[in-house]
This record gives sequence, structure tokens and C-alpha cells, in this order.
Amino acid sequence: MTLSSLYLRTNTSFHMHEITTQKATDQQLQELSSELGLGLNLQEMKQIQAYFKTKKRNPTDVELQVLGQTWSEHCCHKTFKGKIKIDSKEINSLFKTYISKVTKELNPKWCISVFEDNAGIISFDKGYGIAAKVETHNHPSAVEPFGGAATGVGGVIRDVLGVWADPIACTDVLGFGPLDYDYTKLPAGVKHPKYVYMGVTAGIGAYGNNMGIPTVNGAIYFDESYTGNVVVYCGCIGLLPLKKYKKNAKAGHLLILAGGKTGRDGIHGVTFASAELTEKSEEVSRPAVQIADPIEEEKVKRAIIEIRDRELASAITDMGGGGMSSAIGETAERYGCGATVDLDKVPLKYAGLAPWEIYVSESQERMLIAVPLENLEKVVAIFEKEDVEATAIGTLTKEKQLQLRFDGVTVVKMDMQFLFKSLESTKTATYETTNLQEPTLPEPTNLTETLLQLLAAPNIASKESVVRTYDHEVKGNTALKPLHGEHAGPNNAAVIKPLDNSWKGIAISCGINPNYGKIDPYWMAASAIDEAIRNNVAVGGRRIALLDNFVWGNPEKPERLGSLVKACEACYDYASAFKAPFISGKDSLYNESPLGPVTPTLLITAVGIVPDIRSTVSMDLKTPGNLLYLVGNTYPEIGGSEYYKLHGYLGNSVPKVRAAQAKKNFKVITKAIDAGLVKACHDLSEGGLAVAAAEMTLAGGYGAELDLKKIPGEALKRDDFALFAESNSRFLVEVAEKDRQAFEVLTKWKGCSAIGKVSKNQRLLINGLRGSVVVDATLADVRASWKRTLSSEV
Amino acid sequence: MKPEEIRVCVMRVGGTNCDAETERAFRELGVQAETRHLNELVKRKNLMDYHVLVFPGGFSYGDYVRAGVIFARRLYAKLGKELRAFVEDNRPILGICNGFQVLVEEGLLPGFEPMSAYPEASLAANIPQGYNCRWVYLKHESKGNCIFTSRIPQGKVLRIPVAHSEGRFLFPKEQEQQLLERLYEEDLLVFRYCDEHGNYAEGRYPTNPNGSFHDIAGICNSQGTIFGLMPHPERALYWWQQPDWTRQTQMPQYADGKLVFDGLLDYLAKKH
Repeated sequence: MTLSSLYLRTNTSFHMHEITTQKATDQQLQELSSELGLGLNLQEMKQIQAYFKTKKRNPTDVELQVLGQTWSEHCCHKTFKGKIKIDSKEINSLFKTYISKVTKELNPKWCISVFEDNAGIISFDKGYGIAAKVETHNHPSAVEPFGGAATGVGGVIRDVLGVWADPIACTDVLGFGPLDYDYTKLPAGVKHPKYVYMGVTAGIGAYGNNMGIPTVNGAIYFDESYTGNVVVYCGCIGLLPLKKYKKNAKAGHLLILAGGKTGRDGIHGVTFASAELTEKSEEVSRPAVQIADPIEEEKVKRAIIEIRDRELASAITDMGGGGMSSAIGETAERYGCGATVDLDKVPLKYAGLAPWEIYVSESQERMLIAVPLENLEKVVAIFEKEDVEATAIGTLTKEKQLQLRFDGVTVVKMDMQFLFKSLESTKTATYETTNLQEPTLPEPTNLTETLLQLLAAPNIASKESVVRTYDHEVKGNTALKPLHGEHAGPNNAAVIKPLDNSWKGIAISCGINPNYGKIDPYWMAASAIDEAIRNNVAVGGRRIALLDNFVWGNPEKPERLGSLVKACEACYDYASAFKAPFISGKDSLYNESPLGPVTPTLLITAVGIVPDIRSTVSMDLKTPGNLLYLVGNTYPEIGGSEYYKLHGYLGNSVPKVRAAQAKKNFKVITKAIDAGLVKACHDLSEGGLAVAAAEMTLAGGYGAELDLKKIPGEALKRDDFALFAESNSRFLVEVAEKDRQAFEVLTKWKGCSAIGKVSKNQRLLINGLRGSVVVDATLADVRASWKRTLSSEV
Repeated sequence: MKPEEIRVCVMRVGGTNCDAETERAFRELGVQAETRHLNELVKRKNLMDYHVLVFPGGFSYGDYVRAGVIFARRLYAKLGKELRAFVEDNRPILGICNGFQVLVEEGLLPGFEPMSAYPEASLAANIPQGYNCRWVYLKHESKGNCIFTSRIPQGKVLRIPVAHSEGRFLFPKEQEQQLLERLYEEDLLVFRYCDEHGNYAEGRYPTNPNGSFHDIAGICNSQGTIFGLMPHPERALYWWQQPDWTRQTQMPQYADGKLVFDGLLDYLAKKH
């Protein structure tokens, strides 16, 4: 029996099929799943078969599509919520065991809503809360870089709108293949990193700029493994008056679809996201990439905020992955209702869409809100004023059933209980420690040259050419900008002052260390947490909340899953140690292409509070004669460093995080900032001490003299290691001579010492462990090297 | 007129996105300012209730076709009569960034012909190409005609940020010199891009961030009541908005952008 014989064209005026699943063999069920693009496995297909057997009828294609969407990895996170067998133990939900557990145990009063809504919400000031969310949009960006990245930004902004918050800042962290990748080595279907880089950065900028939301923080990271599968993280921070955070929808409330029209763009986005990229992705999945219209979203935003302020609606959610299907299903589920929807009422971009296409389309700039009948007119009038289309398409019902109709014909009728049943998933993971060797690298004779090369390394080099294409000042509230001062120094974090009547600020920073993950995913995750927090602390941030975003390869492959488990373990260990709860997160798995999997990548975003933005600290050197202190111990941790990478090595001595020491360091910085003792502060990350010092000089326009003999930590034997080790939890701090004593009272332990001074000379001078000068670079050279690499890529 | 009697309308349409901080700047000075959607103003036909009209920054209607052109054409079609009355009454109009583009497309700036049916100048795509967000220096050129800057001494250097991708001021090539002379003759030139010492950019990037002809950053009409500029004075209102405030030990309460709003208030205060 051929597969097509299973399809029965229904006797309807519109395009629909019944699928005779009862007759299907196991093999046919699997073929059906793949032909319809459902992305469901055999076990799941058999559950569907069984369900419709009890209903004594065939499922429609609409029903199968709804199930495919609702049960997709992207929407229900089977890997993070399912069971995992590793070694001899069984983990029941990575999410509960490692991520949400931290927040549950810490249970801070200031966490208002975590992991349950579209974005995490924490308290801020004057009755306002901060909403935060970070998403990934990798696969669409691989197929269509501009559109994929732009809609990634649009999507995460809608997530923030989806908790009634006004978006006030965006972040973006991007991972690309090397820009000088050999064209001849690109497999079919893989776009050149440079093309992807230009498209993605343009897409990010276009959306945020057009919507008038400043893009204030981010990173660009280059790694060979991102060549076939670009990594695009988009984040958004919002602000909401907490008493307007309404969640009181009930049966009888109308479901209003507002915003853009629905078309065929973005069909099967979620199933696309839950599969590996292949040579055919371009052809097969192009329709899965949505089309961006930031102006539409800007208008929708205005209306949503007014509806919020006038308290006219009872529920809101965005239409992202899974489109209407996900938004309507989850809203009904959350409020213990069912829903009835007339799909023919949905405004379309063009005629001819089949009911299933309408329901799962991921066309952009659409929101779903629930509104009591008496407010309908007012709500529609608000949308009209903004030139936004809003249509009542259905109702929440007491009956716990999802019923969809088209032209009066019922096309879906399923029990909510079945649709939202918990999916059993058990996966196997294995983890073996890598047995990497430390390279025997002779110490270079000219370390000045090495430093200049490192400053030009793509992961360290100035990203100014990209950052300037993002409006980071719109709204006029960016108190600490991503690029600092005349020479565009890289600030550790952005600080936003969102309320006119308060000096309180929000510090936004991130941490990402993919290279460490090649040695040990546990230490990669620990390092990312440390980096995100220390960046935040360095500008004056505290009371830090974290967001976790995993980008991994195919979790069906046990070793990929094993490294994910390790990273999750570190998330629990270090978020607990630093008392920094996770408030939101997302996983993007199946990041594989013909070139293999992406290197496991964890982005940690940190959102902190600056009690008074007037005490914010920037990273540029301020005054010649001031002292430079290194806070935090340096260890011979060169594994995964940019220094090794420069010489073509990975190594094994990956930086660890020593929680007790790290906490001490963070505390000292915070105390010193509060006491007004810190003139400048920069975290030490890629490139270690030498690069941090170089960045501080080039931004401030003053030189510095440092002495490696004074570095706190294990006795180091090599100048290059002292200069370029990437040990975590370290800061380089500028303190005025007159504050020496006050600062040293705070730092009376071995993990901190004065290692040099700011100098009037336009030189970075570093004395080595044996007393002689090992680095002597002019600021002009430092600046030129740092700015050269990515100066004209965009 | 006392500041609290002054009524400012910040006009927005879909894609306008600098209205809140523009309104805030006026409020900071004690003026009554409100942001109104074009749709509302069309319904109410009450433009003359306001003393000042402001077109803020953003991407009105997506800046499709050409920056500001759809807003300008729509404004002309839906509110042209009211706007003309507003202009003929010499009431001040300010256009910032996208607002400047709207005023040029509307034929209000440089305004050689009052409300010219065709734009007399253009704010073309930047050279180097692309969006550019940075702080720039502006030299004040007006000899007193522009009411917004009458308080600022001629030759004073101001620091204010730009953020746009279409800000390259151009005249038709064949009339370039002749029209430039007219700008000088009629005292229409208000701001030119320069370095921190006041040396003109002479087209050099990034001192001139967009390749503007003659480093032009802002101009006014012959009455001095209509003023458009690419930089964002509303983003340079408070000291903590400045790019290097963390370097300073003593900061004035306000940044340079405030001068533009101050000048307007001065003018209105004297008016009645």
C-alpha cells in the first residue's frame, strides 16, 4: 500500500485531508511523520493512532499538524524535561534537577515569575519589574541570515510583550565560522561565514533600530564549528508595572489575534528547529523562515502597552514558534480551559491557505490576547488607532477541548488532556573526559608582538564596526554604553536607567566560553556563569539574575547529551554558589550540519541592579599616577585560551572556577565601588591580563606600567602564561593613590595586589617575572591592532 | 508666554520611536508636551491648539521608499491645510533625525519656496554606507536667525549623538554652490559637523558621520522658525547620557542638547 492511499480528500470547499492512520503500518506512520513534516517519532505516532482509534475516526491533517507542533522538541523541550540515563544513574528532567532547582532553593523574594511565562520577571523599583528573555534563532539564520536574525529579535521582543512588559533593551550574542574560511571547502548548502555574518548583523540592527529599542550588550564569537550552523542569540529586557501583570483569563473570554496577517512564511519552523540542517535545508526549509516587519511590531507594542495600562485584557501571549497553535493551546491550557477558534476569521496575506497552514504558520508580529466581551470594542479601537488589525477569532471554553472550525466545518476536535499529555522521553547519555595534552609551546621571544596579534584575534578584536550599526542610545536611557568614549573601549556591561524618577539602573552582561567546552563542558559552563557575573559586578551590578541558553548538537547522540548533562551540573553548582537564580532560559538542540555539530555553547546572560547609576564604573583608565590592582588569583590555566588558539593549540589546562575565592573578589569590587574607590574596572577574560590592560589603556588614552612579579596567585614560571592565562574571577582595578589605604583594607588577603600604575606615557609597559621589560607597545599600535581585524567587514 | 503655558505636540505615526524621550525633554523644561498619533490629530483637527510641533526620530512607516517621505505625503494629504496654517502663523516646528527627513520631504526645509511641492534637498543614504550610532561634534553656524539656537554663540561646539543611515544632506549637484550661498545669505545654516576643537570635518569620516555636503548637520527656514537636524538633542539632555561622563569629576546638570530646547523656550517667552 502506498502512502498516498492513506490520504482521503475531505468533501469540503477548502483543502483538507483525513489520514487513515488506523490502517497504517509502523513504517508508514514514520513515513507520514516525515512527509507531513511533523517531526514525531514512531512512539508518538502510535499514541496518535491509538487516540483516534478510541475516537472511532480518522485524524485530519490539521490535527496531525497541531500535534506535531505541540509535541515538538522546540515547544515542549523533551530533552530537558524527559529522563536521561547516564552512567548508572537516571536524571529525571535536567531542567528540574539542575536549572529550576537553583531558583527554587534560593527562592529570592525578588523573583516574581520564573520559567512559567514568556519571560522571567524580577522586581525592580517603584512598583516596576524587569522582564528578561533570551532566545536562539540559529536554523532560520543559517538559511536566510538577514531574515532569520531579524525575526529572532522580533520574536524575543514579543516574548517580553507577552508578559505585558515594555521592551527597553536588546542583547545579541552571535557565533560565526571564521570569516576567512576557504570557499572551496564549503559543502553544498552551507553559506560562507562572511555572507552569514553580514546578513545576521544587518538583521539584528534593522529590527532593533526600526523598533526603537537600543541594542546594548552582546558578543561576537568565531569558531570553526559554527560554519555550517550559525549561532544567533537574541535577548530582550522589558519593564512592567507589576500591578498590571494580569493573568486572569477564563472561559468565555474572547481570543483576539492582533498584528500582522498570516501567510505561508514560517510553516514548520518548530519542526525545522528540532532537526539537523542538511544540504536540502535551503530548499525544504526556506518557507520556515519568517519575514520581518519591525514597524508592524512597533505599532502592536504601542497598542499592547495601552491595553495593559487600561487593564482591558486578561491574558497575553506572543505567536512565536508554532504560531497560533502554540499560543492558543498554551493559553487555554494555562487557564484550565479549552478553546474554540474559527480559522476562516484569521486575516490572510493571500488566499488559498489550508486550515493547517493557517494554524501553524509562524508569520511574524502577531500577538494573542484574551479579552472579556465587554472590553472588545475598546481593545479593537486601540489597535485601530495604531493602524493594527485585530480580530476576534475564538473563545476560551469551559469544555477542555480544542475545537477548530473553518467555514463552519469542524477541522480539529481534540481533548486538551491528550494534546498536553506529558511525553515520555528517555535518552541515553555518555560522557568521557577528554584526554587532551598540554602542548609544548616554547615561550615566544617577542611578547609585544604576541600581544598585538592577540588584540587582532577575531574573538578579541574590536567589534565597533558592528556595534555602531546598532542604535544603542535610542530611548535616551543608556547610561553606560557598549562602546566607551572616543576610542570605543569595550565596556563590561551596559547600564540602563529606565525610570525618570529613580537613579536605579539595570546592568546587563553576558558570559560565553565555547572554546573551554572542547576541553570540559563543566568548566565551560562554570566559566560562563563567572564571566557573566563578573562583567556585571565590574560596572557596579548586584542582586544578579541569570538566563541560560544552551546551543548543542543532536541530543539523540549520547556523547552530545553527556556534555549537556555536565554543563547543567555546573549551572547548578555555580549559580547556587553565587546565589544567582536562573529566571528564564531556553535550549536549542539539533545544531548540526554537514560540517558536524556546533561546539557545545552555553550563553549566560546576567541582569543585575545598580543601586545608583551615578556610581557606575567604566573600563577606561582615568588619571595618570593612579594605582592598578589585580583582584583575583592567576593560575597556569591556558587550556582553551586565545593564546593557545593563536598558536593552533587547544591544550588541557582549562580555567576553573573557585567559588569561595570568586565570591570574595566580587564582594570586594562591589564594596569598593560603593565606597567610591574604583576609578576604572575591567574584567579579565579572553587574552587574560595583557589584553584587559591593553583595552583599558586604549579606551582611556593613558598608558600603564605593570609588573608581573606582583601578580597574585600560584607562582608562575613563564611570562606568557602570566600575561595571557584566562583564570576566572579576576578584575583589573584603577584606584587613586589617596585611596590606597581604604582599598587595601578591603583587600587584605592574598588574592589581590597592586601590580602597577596608570602612566602619562602613551605606552603599555609590562615588566616580566625576571625583571626585564617583556611588553612595550605604543597605544597607537595597540589601538591599530585591536581595530584592524573587523574594521571593514560590515 | 510662561513655560507651563506652552503646548508642544510631538507627532508620531507607525515607526516613530523617539517620541518618549523628546516629550521628556520638553517636560524637563516645564513645558506641556504630549505625544499624539497623526490619526488622532486628523480626527480632531486641532493642530492650532499647539504652539510647537515636533517630528521626532524613528523610522516612520518603515522609511520605505525614502526616509520620511510616506509620513510627509500622508501629513500633506490628511492635515495639509492645518499644517499650512501652522507654518503661516510662524509657529515653531522642530524635526529631529527622521523628523528632519520629514520636513525636507514636506518641502518645509530649507523652504526656499514655502512648502515646496518637491523636496529642495535630500537626506540620502550615508557614505560610508549603513547605520551609524555615535557622538559627534557640531559647530553652531547661525548668526541669530534660528530661534532654536539663538542663545548659542556662533562658533560654539556642541556634542550630540547621531544615529541614522540616511542623513547625507545633498542639494541637486548642478545647483549645489548656488544654494549653499543662499543658505549663508539667508542665515539658514545652523549646524555643521566638526571635531572637538571646532575644525570642520571637510567630509572626513567619522567626524562627518554620513558624508553630508559641506558637513551640514542642521538647517532652518528663512523665518528661523522651522529647524531640522540629524543629531538627537533629546539624547544629550542629561549629563549621564554623555559618552564619557564616568571620566569627569564635575558634570554640569545638563548636556549640550538642552540648549536647543532652551532657545525655543526663550523665543516663546518673548513672544507674548
